[in-house]
Amino acid sequence: MSELSKLTIAEARDKLRTGDVTAVELTEACLSEIEGAKALNAFVHNTPEIALDQAKAADERIKGGDAPDMCGIPLGIKDLFCTKGVPSQAASAILGGFKPEYESTVTQNLFDAGAVMLGKLNMDEFAMGSSNETSTYGDVVNPWRRGNEDTALTPGGSSGGSAAAVAADLCLAATGTDTGGSIRQPAAFVGITGVKPTYGRCSRWGIVAFASSLDQAGPMTKTVRDAAIMLQTMCGHDPKDSTSADLAVPDFEAALTGDIRGKKIGIPKEYRMDGMPDEIEKLWEQGREMMRDAGAEIVDISLPHTKYALPAYYVIAPAEASSNLARYDGVRFGHRAKLAQGDGITEMYEKTRAEGFGDEVKRRVMVGTYVLSAGFYDAYYNRARKVRALIKRDFEQVFDQGIDAILTPATPSAAFGLGEMSDADPVQMYLNDVFTVTVNLAGLPGVAVPAGLDKQGLPLGLQLIGKPWAEDEMLNFAYCLEQSTGFVEKPSKWW
Amino acid sequence: MLDLTYDTPKPKVIAGAKHDWELVIGMEVHAQVSSKAKLFSGASTQFGAEPNSNVAFVDAGMPGMLPVINEGCVALAVKTGLGLKAQINLRSAFDRKNYFYPDLPQGYQISQLYHPIVGEGEVLVEMGDGTARMVRIERIHLEQDAGKSIHDMDPAMSFVDLNRTGVALMEIVSRPDIRGPEEAAAYIAKLRQILRYLGTCDGNMQNGNLRADVNVSVCRPGQYEKYQETQDFSHLGTRCEIKNMNSMRFIQQAIEYEARRQITILESGGSIDQETRLYDPDKGETRSMRSKEEAHDYRYFPDPDLLPLEIEQAWVDEIASDMPELPDEKKARFISDFSLSDYDASVLTAEAENAAYFEEVATHGDGKLAANWVINELFGRLKKEDHDITETPVSPAQLGAIIELIAKGDISGKIAKDLFEIVYTEGGDPAQIVEERGMKQVTDTSAIEAAVDQVIADNPAQVEKAKENPKLAGWFVGQVMKATGGKANPKAVNEIVAKKLNG
Repeated sequence: MSELSKLTIAEARDKLRTGDVTAVELTEACLSEIEGAKALNAFVHNTPEIALDQAKAADERIKGGDAPDMCGIPLGIKDLFCTKGVPSQAASAILGGFKPEYESTVTQNLFDAGAVMLGKLNMDEFAMGSSNETSTYGDVVNPWRRGNEDTALTPGGSSGGSAAAVAADLCLAATGTDTGGSIRQPAAFVGITGVKPTYGRCSRWGIVAFASSLDQAGPMTKTVRDAAIMLQTMCGHDPKDSTSADLAVPDFEAALTGDIRGKKIGIPKEYRMDGMPDEIEKLWEQGREMMRDAGAEIVDISLPHTKYALPAYYVIAPAEASSNLARYDGVRFGHRAKLAQGDGITEMYEKTRAEGFGDEVKRRVMVGTYVLSAGFYDAYYNRARKVRALIKRDFEQVFDQGIDAILTPATPSAAFGLGEMSDADPVQMYLNDVFTVTVNLAGLPGVAVPAGLDKQGLPLGLQLIGKPWAEDEMLNFAYCLEQSTGFVEKPSKWW
Repeated sequence: MLDLTYDTPKPKVIAGAKHDWELVIGMEVHAQVSSKAKLFSGASTQFGAEPNSNVAFVDAGMPGMLPVINEGCVALAVKTGLGLKAQINLRSAFDRKNYFYPDLPQGYQISQLYHPIVGEGEVLVEMGDGTARMVRIERIHLEQDAGKSIHDMDPAMSFVDLNRTGVALMEIVSRPDIRGPEEAAAYIAKLRQILRYLGTCDGNMQNGNLRADVNVSVCRPGQYEKYQETQDFSHLGTRCEIKNMNSMRFIQQAIEYEARRQITILESGGSIDQETRLYDPDKGETRSMRSKEEAHDYRYFPDPDLLPLEIEQAWVDEIASDMPELPDEKKARFISDFSLSDYDASVLTAEAENAAYFEEVATHGDGKLAANWVINELFGRLKKEDHDITETPVSPAQLGAIIELIAKGDISGKIAKDLFEIVYTEGGDPAQIVEERGMKQVTDTSAIEAAVDQVIADNPAQVEKAKENPKLAGWFVGQVMKATGGKANPKAVNEIVAKKLNG
């Protein structure tokens, strides 16, 4: 039975249609895997009743024929998505007990298509983190281990629960969100596929906001084809989100031909960082070779403002976050601190927020407040916006020159140990996002694809950056890479 | 065209202990947009609803909720801009103004700091004495209203009502062109009049649908002119902002108090702190709202949830093509078309409904006569019962019919007043009432002559006296009118009495 949870979306879709398997069986298999995987701490809230109800309904629908692709597919949902009547806390104590009265557009789209929700997935608090160590629910543990060691490794973050759950076959796929790399970095750390779509492709309505101009939901899946199938259902115009694009959505799965002959793949020299591990460099080189072998033209390109991306990101994202998180004040929902006699509204704010937010969230709220404050606005926030415009222009110029996609490493290292960075300067942690933040700043689509294992047996990923609204083409490049690497490794089960 | 016909009013001068001082005032008027739904949500804006019943998820700042602009509010802001002869910005943008307060659930107000939807415009403020001030409008921007905190329901707790949260406001910002308390009140009144004509704000100050932050500073005579030449604010004094005023009377009182407070400080060698103050109408004084340590840093930045607001010129043109006649134009037309006095034209155009009523009455005859009747009789009568024109029991057609009867000579002015009262209290067709109740004026000279002869015959002694003193003719006229039940044409009675007495 446990084999069922290992299925890809595409495989399950076919088996559901031929009647080889039912959605209920799939769902039960996943629920049992989740039950046995508490050591990973990936799921923070299980919804078996909802899941089985949805699975039964899905089976009916499939029997009736004409069910959508995602019908009956058991998924994990990142805790950042508001799910109606189900705890949705963004892994923060400040949202303790919060059960929304509404369903996010993305999860609604999935459920409308018959997808099954197994439960809510752990993450960094308010999606702020790159190691899933800032969650109020505790760390998520990567199902992968170094060689024969038993050191607990990070699954990356912020969508660490999603990454671990998919890699450990607790679900067929999961939703993630990506503000600076929160889908792609954890996907790379656990050897799965993660897509950050073009900004505006997926509705942000009902997703707890971190940095509104950067946040995008996306699929985290076992294969590129699965990502194409799932993204198709997640995305689309939503009049409830003013930044959602009113554009036709291409057929992503149909684009997966594997034929990339004559296409131009750009290799940005600025992504060759000092001190980058040889293995990453080698992996990137292999990626280039594979794409060349598949008939693409490899072109050296320059994205000159890349080095300013990380500082700009760590001004803009905290600035928006400081404002977005102001609503967590103890007045209407979530945690409210116990007050002492004589305490007024100021004390209520201070105590509630001091108790409710973790250190990383506080750090970013303070940084954001600082960079927006009078006298510093121009030096930080406005300058960061200008840098952002330049980064966007870098990409536009490259695409204007005929480049079809850009190939980079997904992360500067393989997964590191939980707690390994705890004494480090926070900036060390922020460096995890060095290859991914540019994509968010420019609003572009990006995908992390597993490409190999390092010497210690840990997965490494490559990133493809696509043209705006060209997720179809980008996914085809990723598909080609996936075919070429033949990456099929799974973590050996220890949990 | 109109402004040329007015002189500029003199600024208010306050004599301090040492010098004379002039006032300089600028206003930020918050006008609630007449929209059924809020600026960024579909929740109702209905006044007086159960607390927290008109609240959408986004209004309550629930996690993951997003604002979506209400196009109707944008159209009304554009219309307001056009009504103030202002520049319409085809591209504007929304910013977040961040601060913590329980009636501000998002922790920020969505406003337009950097790129307002409306740019520079102007308002002509007539002072009623033949002078008028042209007040320049700096900008109008759209923003969200806050909710209401209630502190007096419970000794230990505060309550919050979010019904008002997110309701669309237009903040209409003037230049510091207002020069006295009376001008400030007149400016608000004029703005209110224009907004009501446009239908973009109901102007209800009592409900808080129109309220003002008043910036007051004082300067020595001559300094303002230097500012005018250079637009350099350093020629003016430091200003204080009196927040959230929703009464014209209190605005005037507050300005007066605040100016005197500043003068006292300046004359005793002190300096004015730029700060926000509140007016306490019970004590008749303004006081500081918050100390410097508590001063807000609003950390404005562009709202990333909203794309820049782009509108098309064609859409603006469409709104412009559907503009009502505005007070200044209407007043000018009334003066020229109906030969009304400036005062009468002002009274009749004060509210669009009054003007419309008058114009309908005026179709029945002489405009001036119609104006007299509308202003003196109808408005007077309505005022007695504290009604406004929308509650009039007398339709324009009815009042028009009364005027027609006067013009035809069917009834005298005196009878017309009786007739008006009947129509006001009982209703009915005035011509028919006149006919049925025998109110028609007697213009038949033979009948009048007979009545005059009778009075003369009955009062021989009076006749003798009248021959000595012609002023007594009036007594005979009165007797004749009495005898005819007031229906005799007074002009004819006068003539006949004079002829008979002298004959």
